[in-house]
Amino acid sequence: MTMQTISRADICVAAVSDAFQGSGEVLAHAVGIVPAIGVRLAKATHTPELALSDGEAFMMSEAPPLLKTAAAGGTPEAWVPFRSIFDIVASGRRHSMMGASQIDRHGNQNISSIGDWRQPKRQLIGVRGAPGNTVNHRVDYWVAKHSARVFVDRVDVASGVGNDRAVGTAGRFHDLGVIVTNLAVFGYDDAGLVKVDSIHPGVTPEELQEATGFEIDASNAPLTREPTPDELKIIEAEDPKGLRFKEVP
Amino acid sequence: MNKTPLDKTLPLTEVASKLESGMTIGIGGWGSRRKPMALVKEILRSDITDLTVVAFGGPDVGLLARAGRIRKLVYGFVSLDSIPLDPNFTRARERGEIPETSEYDEGMFVAGLRAGANRLSFQPIRAGLGSDVMAMNPDLKTVKSPYDDEEYVAVPGLRLDVSLIHLNRADAAGNGQYLGPDPYFDDLFAMAADTTIMSVEQIVSTDDLTAKAPPQTLLVPRIFVNHVVEAPGGAHFTTCEPDYGRDEEFQKAYVAAAKADPETDNAWIEFEERYL
Repeated sequence: MTMQTISRADICVAAVSDAFQGSGEVLAHAVGIVPAIGVRLAKATHTPELALSDGEAFMMSEAPPLLKTAAAGGTPEAWVPFRSIFDIVASGRRHSMMGASQIDRHGNQNISSIGDWRQPKRQLIGVRGAPGNTVNHRVDYWVAKHSARVFVDRVDVASGVGNDRAVGTAGRFHDLGVIVTNLAVFGYDDAGLVKVDSIHPGVTPEELQEATGFEIDASNAPLTREPTPDELKIIEAEDPKGLRFKEVP
Repeated sequence: MNKTPLDKTLPLTEVASKLESGMTIGIGGWGSRRKPMALVKEILRSDITDLTVVAFGGPDVGLLARAGRIRKLVYGFVSLDSIPLDPNFTRARERGEIPETSEYDEGMFVAGLRAGANRLSFQPIRAGLGSDVMAMNPDLKTVKSPYDDEEYVAVPGLRLDVSLIHLNRADAAGNGQYLGPDPYFDDLFAMAADTTIMSVEQIVSTDDLTAKAPPQTLLVPRIFVNHVVEAPGGAHFTTCEPDYGRDEEFQKAYVAAAKADPETDNAWIEFEERYL
């Protein structure tokens, strides 16, 4: 048997797919190339009832080509313009994997700005739907470039609500799942603190700690699983141009 | 019987005469999609300033911010979609050139518009709780449910002096039609405003509106529209599907000019001259 090296990007795609296992019949919201492929893999394998979006205004029974909208192909199955999306968010029938410019040990996420928000050092896109997503349905995060600038002690603006802030009504439907990065997969411990679930093959615990701005313990972390040959075929079919390797070289 | 049809048509060049400095102005569309750019340009060509701008922000916000016309910005994000950040907006924020901001969760923003449109002082929503949106908007209050132990954010009603929106077609009476995939919130902007100025690609007869498209495309009823402006290409360089897509090359040129260092490079001044 010839040993083929599985790419880091494909390991990340499989980890995203695993994050959606058991999500049920909900709208999958995936920001980023690897997450977009990951939810397609989840739908094609363990969670066929998952509803995919074209990123514009439709749920798709057959997805359009990667990163394209319904105008480029596929089969729409429902019309969900932005006005519907906020109602779907509030209904809870949604599962997001969002990006993050900063994440802290409690799972607070920032996409708004860096520095003091009154006059930020770096203005980013704004909180977008992160505050609403995190208090209404399951939210995971995808970090393509894991670094100590992303994994920080304290986020500058809590856009997505972390476990320490999810109290009262904010905590009722709050459900942080996993953080998939190009180095590892994280979950949260009983105290709501970020913990290492698995470390990607080829990454050492020291490297992972170095790239994380708060203390983690990766000493006993298992290796993140590799995708199966069948999964690799699906990934290749969904992303024949290899766009995922631009996100995770 | 009076058969004279209602005529609310307004020449583009007269748009600024309907606006005043200090107004609260809602701008329809979403990011870099179906933005009323021709109407925004009329503001830029005038000396109207000191505006409170309420928008799902795109280059409309970027241009107004760069020109120093915004006193207060109410937004959930500012993005060019295919290019995530608008450098004019980020620059203005980083230099402290927008005196006041109200950054909301997108759902909160819609709740505020709904409350404004419904003439309610607030609308409750779960979004915002636990996040720094509460810290960034210290005037925001929560409200206890009268029925159980829940507590929600009470998003204050966003009432607008004027809304600017761009649709695909309208009749002269102000019935507006969208033909693309998403209506965004343009009807809500119209309902939340005392005055709505709607530009369209083409003004057609009322009969023609439904000759080729189903009546469900009639998004904005004339009872919420005061002025109709025929402005072909009026959303350029943002999308106006199916009439045209985003002019990505132009948007790239906009971004490059906006990013240029004004100390050493005239790119922005040249862009502005060409654009206006």
